[in-house]
Amino acid sequence: MRYSGLKVITEGLFGNKGWTPAWRDPAPKAEYDVVIIGGGGHGLSTAYYLAKNHGITNVAVLEKGYLGGGNVGRNTTIVRANYFLPGNSEFYSHSMKLWEGMEADLNYNVMHSQRGLINLFHSDGQRDAFVRRGNAMINQGDDAILLDRDGVRELLPYLDYDNTRFPIYGGLLHPRGGSARHDAVAWGYARGADQRGVDLIQNCEVTGIDVEGGVVKGVQTTRGAIRAKKVAIIVAGRSSQVAAMAGMRLPIESHILQAFVSEGLKPVINHVISFGMGHFYISQSDKGGLVFGGDLDFYASYAARGNLPMVEHVMEAGMTLMPMIGRAKVLRSWGGIMDMSPDGSPVIDKTHIEGLLLDCGWNYGGFKAVPASGWCMAHLMATGNSHEYASKFRLDRFATGHLLDEEGTGSQHNLH
Amino acid sequence: MRLTCPLCGERDRREFYYYGAEDYLHRPAEGASLAEWDNYLHLRDNPAGMTKDLWYHEAGCSQWLLVTRNTVTHAIAGVELVAERKTEQKAGRAK
Repeated sequence: MRYSGLKVITEGLFGNKGWTPAWRDPAPKAEYDVVIIGGGGHGLSTAYYLAKNHGITNVAVLEKGYLGGGNVGRNTTIVRANYFLPGNSEFYSHSMKLWEGMEADLNYNVMHSQRGLINLFHSDGQRDAFVRRGNAMINQGDDAILLDRDGVRELLPYLDYDNTRFPIYGGLLHPRGGSARHDAVAWGYARGADQRGVDLIQNCEVTGIDVEGGVVKGVQTTRGAIRAKKVAIIVAGRSSQVAAMAGMRLPIESHILQAFVSEGLKPVINHVISFGMGHFYISQSDKGGLVFGGDLDFYASYAARGNLPMVEHVMEAGMTLMPMIGRAKVLRSWGGIMDMSPDGSPVIDKTHIEGLLLDCGWNYGGFKAVPASGWCMAHLMATGNSHEYASKFRLDRFATGHLLDEEGTGSQHNLH
Repeated sequence: MRLTCPLCGERDRREFYYYGAEDYLHRPAEGASLAEWDNYLHLRDNPAGMTKDLWYHEAGCSQWLLVTRNTVTHAIAGVELVAERKTEQKAGRAK
């Protein structure tokens, strides 16, 4: 079924009885050309682009819970292409272009809103660093505008500009940055993949990976064995457990990242604002809730909930930046499991096992990468070669020293 | 989450700095292969369940601690001093 404004109106007139499920609920077949482990944003977009770009449709996506029930439905929905390093820059630039065409491509409203992202700076040195980053973004063909203090004040009059420790000197505006409805992204890719013949199999947990003579043969699941010529592990925070089924030890440590949403308010924050010095960022959802968060809890965890010290820190940072939000009530908070890599950059690569591929290490920046990650992973699976935009996301780069340390913080998993 | 430092007693999580997995205690010998260094610096078991990791009592006694804890429940099963552990290892080798 194709969605359109006319369809919404006619369905509304006739009691909304004509809607059909957005995807099938098939039982797993005994064999597929490709099995994708993980029905999150990256797994679903990989399946979609395998079918759309490469005509590979005998594909199953295996999800242990429900589609989009992991990080793709638990993040703070920021979309941006403000990376600096060659290797990252062209990848996120490509992702941004895919975002811009996503709704038309998927025939699905993902509520993508390019409301502008503003990164604040608080010293002369930081301004220099932001000028350099902005120039890198412009060189990549993307957009960046340096705002001075008055320029920021015009857009964000409600900030505290004279904070003693971090007075606001200005900001780097990335006009094409913004946000999107996270669930809708998962659903849109799921529907698009399903329409092209991909089987989306939920409540199907992978319990083993079958390898014979260094070649992958399939997977064992809670819904029986499934043979496959190629298997992709795209499971974010659970990457280490699934890779261990194939005897692999990954450069990943899973950490907890908390996020918060306030009660619904009238429109007050029109941009995505990041206050890096306070480890704080905030935007307002279309529903009115202030969506904000901070840094990792800093210790390895699979708890999907954090501890109170980081809650306190995030609230303090928010109050420091914009004292007006002190009167808003926090509605809920939650935690996601982040697959932190030692350099803060991801892996899209083959493994030493033939036919077994890996897409992981998205740290806490995986949401904006959903389209390009699927695009490049599908390319790698279909052609056997790394896509030019993901050619530096190699699994062996840690051993060879070709790190992509965007923040320059060193090879410790929780520092990115 | 609270950690019980063997020297200072039960303290708030904020007094401690998390460094990483126990792997950091097993530094390869000089001249070790690149693969061993990669294993030491980057690769992790990253278990969902019981793990051992290194914490530094930054706002307390400045001791490095080896904490045994559950990454799913955040329950702490034990905290020992890295310094004592190293002393034991040395004593063990002397025998």
